[in-house]
Amino acid sequence: MLDRRAFVKSLLADRGGLAVVCGLGTPTYDAAACGDHPLNFYLWGAMGGAAMIGLGLALAQPNRRVLVLTGDGEALMGLGSLATIGVKQPKNLVVVVLDNQHYAETGMQPSHTRFGIDLVAVAKACRFADALHVSELSDADRIRDLAQRGRGPILVQALIASDDAPRVLPTRDGHAIKTRFMAALGAAAGSG
Amino acid sequence: MAWPDAIYAQFRRVGIRQVGYVPDAGHSRLIELCVADPNIHDVVLTTEEEGVALVAGAALGGQRAALLMQSSGVGNCINMFSLTKNCGFPCLILVTMRGEFAEFNPWQVAMGSITEASLKLAGFLTYRIEAADDVDDVVGAACDMALAGNLMIAVLLSQRLIGRKVWTK
Repeated sequence: MLDRRAFVKSLLADRGGLAVVCGLGTPTYDAAACGDHPLNFYLWGAMGGAAMIGLGLALAQPNRRVLVLTGDGEALMGLGSLATIGVKQPKNLVVVVLDNQHYAETGMQPSHTRFGIDLVAVAKACRFADALHVSELSDADRIRDLAQRGRGPILVQALIASDDAPRVLPTRDGHAIKTRFMAALGAAAGSG
Repeated sequence: MAWPDAIYAQFRRVGIRQVGYVPDAGHSRLIELCVADPNIHDVVLTTEEEGVALVAGAALGGQRAALLMQSSGVGNCINMFSLTKNCGFPCLILVTMRGEFAEFNPWQVAMGSITEASLKLAGFLTYRIEAADDVDDVVGAACDMALAGNLMIAVLLSQRLIGRKVWTK
């Protein structure tokens, strides 16, 4: 099983123009723990919406790589969006699900993945170009390469340890997160 | 010009590039026009709340977007509207109304009768259209206000405008 912070740190290393949509709860804290970045779009709510935000962004910015970094509970709430992404086939979209098999934010109740519900199989059934499980830190370089260059849509279900990491809280001001993200995208237009 | 064509002409005027929808009889003509337009990403959704997240992502990436749904779909969106409200994303929705004029199916009434109030509670400005002649002007105004002002605006296309649902079988 992966240490979530080490895995995310490796995933976001040398990220260049990569745009990252962070699902609410621990994935948002994990991304912030790697160092705040203007191309992080942190969610503090809108559960189930992360992958669709990624789709809208990927369609609008076809030359930029878009990474949705989310949790198993958040992905499960938006399961239908995998079918919607499968219809549109965005080549620049990668969804990485940090799967600890629990709802960490609400008291570690087990999620559906704990009972064997397989998000990789769902993504494959939804015509994702690639979908895979990872559970070793030695896989992180390969996943970073997929995020930056792989032909999407791709889903990675990363099995992470369920121990609690210290919370690193970015701003909760949605307007500020949006405005900063859009300014960074504009400033870096064409570089992604 | 038929009213769906008037909406499409406004989409073209303001540069709508993404249209999310759940298939709907009232919007069928407008959906066809959007699907046939190579400048528009038509995104068929499994549930309307996906569309709210879609338009937020489109706005983040610098594209204008609109959503098409039936009044029942508004109920599916409520929590996701917190995304557009908290971040100040434009959210333009064209809602075909059910559960009001000459409704055959009483199951549509429960949501149809609270659609406009629900939208207002969620932070939308709402404009209701009863006559086809008003579509161009009202939709044009809604597009401009939502997209230029980062506002949440819903246009309610009344069931009388859309016409009675014809049950042929």
